[in-house]
Amino acid sequence: MKVTTEQELSEWITSATSPLRILGGGTRPVGRGVAGEVLDVSGLRGVTLYEPQALTLVVRAGTPLAEVEALLAGEGQRLAFEPADWRGLLGMAGEPTVGGMVAANVSGPRRVQAGACRDALIGVRFVDGTGTVVKNGGRVMKNVTGYDLVKLMAGSWGTLGVITEVAFKLLPRPETAATLLCETLSPEVAVAAMADALGSPFEVTGAAHHRGTGRTLIRIEGFAPSVAYRAERLCARLARFGDWSHIGEGGAEWQAVRDVAAFHQMPGDVWCLAVKPSDAPGIAARAEAEDALFDWGGGRIWLRVAAGADLRARLGPVAGHATLIRAAAETRARIATFPPEAPPVAVLARALRDRFDPKHLLNPGLMG
Amino acid sequence: MQLPRPNAEVIARKAAIVSRLRAVLPSAAVIDDPAETRAYECDGLSAYRCPPLAVLLPGTTAEVATALKICREERVPVVPRGSGTSLSGGALPTSDAVILGLGRMNRVLETDLANRFIRVEAGRTNLSVTGAVEGEGFFYAPDPSSQLACAIGGNIAMNSGGAHCLKYGVTTNNLLGVTLVTMAGEVVEIGGPWMEAGGLDLLGVICGSEGQLGVVTEAVLRVLPKPEGARPVLIGFNSNEVAGACVADIIRAGVLPVAIEFMDRPCIRACEEFAKAGYPDCEALLIIEVEGSPAEIDDQLARIGEIARRHDPVELRESRSEAESARIWLGRKSAFGAMGRINDYMCLDGTIPVSALPHVLKRIGEMSRGYGLDVANVFHAGDGNMHPLILFNANKPGDLEKCEALGADILRLCVEVGGCLSGEHGVGIEKRDLMVAQFTEEDMEAQMRVKDVFDPDWLLNPAKVFPLEASAARRGA
Ligand SMILES: Cc1cc2nc3c(=O)[nH]c(=O)nc-3n(C[C@H](O)[C@H](O)[C@H](O)COP(=O)(O)OP(=O)(O)OC[C@H]3O[C@@H](n4cnc5c(N)ncnc54)[C@H](O)[C@@H]3O)c2cc1C
Repeated sequence: MKVTTEQELSEWITSATSPLRILGGGTRPVGRGVAGEVLDVSGLRGVTLYEPQALTLVVRAGTPLAEVEALLAGEGQRLAFEPADWRGLLGMAGEPTVGGMVAANVSGPRRVQAGACRDALIGVRFVDGTGTVVKNGGRVMKNVTGYDLVKLMAGSWGTLGVITEVAFKLLPRPETAATLLCETLSPEVAVAAMADALGSPFEVTGAAHHRGTGRTLIRIEGFAPSVAYRAERLCARLARFGDWSHIGEGGAEWQAVRDVAAFHQMPGDVWCLAVKPSDAPGIAARAEAEDALFDWGGGRIWLRVAAGADLRARLGPVAGHATLIRAAAETRARIATFPPEAPPVAVLARALRDRFDPKHLLNPGLMG
Repeated sequence: MQLPRPNAEVIARKAAIVSRLRAVLPSAAVIDDPAETRAYECDGLSAYRCPPLAVLLPGTTAEVATALKICREERVPVVPRGSGTSLSGGALPTSDAVILGLGRMNRVLETDLANRFIRVEAGRTNLSVTGAVEGEGFFYAPDPSSQLACAIGGNIAMNSGGAHCLKYGVTTNNLLGVTLVTMAGEVVEIGGPWMEAGGLDLLGVICGSEGQLGVVTEAVLRVLPKPEGARPVLIGFNSNEVAGACVADIIRAGVLPVAIEFMDRPCIRACEEFAKAGYPDCEALLIIEVEGSPAEIDDQLARIGEIARRHDPVELRESRSEAESARIWLGRKSAFGAMGRINDYMCLDGTIPVSALPHVLKRIGEMSRGYGLDVANVFHAGDGNMHPLILFNANKPGDLEKCEALGADILRLCVEVGGCLSGEHGVGIEKRDLMVAQFTEEDMEAQMRVKDVFDPDWLLNPAKVFPLEASAARRGA
């Protein structure tokens, strides 16, 4: 079933009696496979409002992300959270949509400074599991009118409602960027160096270390004179950790970090962990991973692990959590994709799903 | 303002309820002497007052849990309270409710600057969070003007912002985790010192829920390295339209100041008389602050100056020193004080799309003349969060009502142009009955479902946020 209007979607859900598998671009097949009829929402397309002088964009959920990024680039603006493209990582074709990105709350390296997808999201419209159309938030940056369901919808993977339209706060695309590279650091030293950089007043907008190549990257963005000044100050400040070279804007390098390119077409399962940065090297070592990519200064670790391993069992308790992003269907059937929740949290999450989707129609079981 | 009929049965059982609470809480933590509970009869919206049944001042999360469990069993409504600076009546008690004050829970529990977070108890004041890390060159970014007094728990409940949120975001963008006690007395940990809370974004919906989903007892907050320096420029214009156009051009040029404050003529005049900051006599004033090293600041101010000059400013004064910066900010920072000296005033808090600024200011001017009440405007122009101050005379019969009617009209206008009723003060009781201007029944129903999940008996912070008719069935009213 393919819908092209919110109204049509609402009618469809109202009369539905069996599970629906919600599909935007179909490029992020994470979680337990949903057995159900496909509900294709990629037909809900188009930009509803774009006001560059107000840094505001409202767009329908099925709009291809690439279309939105091109539109913004034309006006010298962007989605600051640097959404990742997971096609290479997950071996998918298709066209990522804005709604899918929001439903998965996908953010990239700049999240460390500019916030996540959910932080840039200022409004949402969705159809809940009863077929009711709901709006929340709006198109303004500051809004505490009623409860913030906007955040709740981001990262809910379609399990609370089908997102039909989203509004973002945008940021200007900076004049230039500079990337510093050091090729000699261990994960321990790299995380310490990244913490030092992120603790500096130079507004680092990317800090990543790839264990496989030993490369550590640090990014600064802004007006040219400021970037030149900050790059120099950072090089001096970080000299005690190793030798840093200035490799220009580093666009390709950051795209590779964003999309976890190092793991494309490499064997094994892929896990994504959210941890305290200083714990990251130890956790990666305990994980017995084939390879590790530390983003967000170490706050996020991408791990490539031998297929089928239960990483959570291997690690034991950690301060933070692990999500299984890529694995064979058999593994995903056996190991929960999303981090198990503490009992009282699980009770709240289940009760919310029961309220928003009482007939259990929307991607049932996807999040566990 | 209508409040729900208090539960007479609860009031009748007051002595028994209080003694049950005394049996499990330290004696200093339970107050029921009316002379002492009077201090809690209102918050910053002092036009509305109601003494509570009793006041509880627990010292630990466990005590909060015990107290809530008993209150739930006794069906006593609970109003969480931080420092009572809410401007929307968010912490206003009802006569059958206990106030649960977090003021005694104000410790720093953990500071970890390598991982850029701090864990504090929810009663700690906003400014003292920064105080705990500034020695090491860090700060906590959300900076409401009330930051000396207001508590982190209140900030989380109201998703508070501040002058610098154009660059750093509001509370929700700087909150990593909370310890929340539900009305059932269950202690729930959500998120933590890592960057993604995981699972459904419960943290996102708790922040800004006005104390209606649970009592926050601890919070993990992101702290940031302090910029090398900051300096403002003051720019005066002969019309609001031109000032608005200048703001739009600055944003379009890719400059991202840390603050863009806007004052209109009535506000400029009052501030000038009060603070003698040396503001020019003009229609509209912008104070724009940028951050960085001295050279970076010069560069950004030069870019802003160049844009502003295209709009024929009547004055453009770049700060060159700390003393000059302080003078530029002096008038703005004393705006509320200045107003308070010449009049009683009501401070509104709607947000509008910045592109609607000139239109909204013009309409506010017309409405103000229609009602015969002066309105001064001071607001965060970069993000469209307006704070119209309506001046009235509390001693003049009918003036408060007139002021409230004008306020409601202005807020409805904000919604009409695509904005919202509250940018940072919350709905509380003040804007509760206006919610229907912004939301359909279905929109509110979806929000109330969240309340059903966290607080099925609707005992936490009653009579706030949702119109009483909308929540009647749920409250068993
Ligand atoms: C002069 C002045 C200037 C102000 N400037 C700003 C500003 O610039 N920006 C801004 O955003 N606000 C501003 N405010 C409004 C106010 O300061 C904020 O809303 C603040 O966050 C309230 O904090 P509080 O501790 O005083 O909370 P309270 O007033 O005690 O309570 C506010 C709400 O929070 C709930 N609550 C409190 N503690 C908890 C808890 N631990 N758990 C759950 N719920 C809780 C209460 O039930 C209530 O609904 C200003 C107020 C004044 C008086």
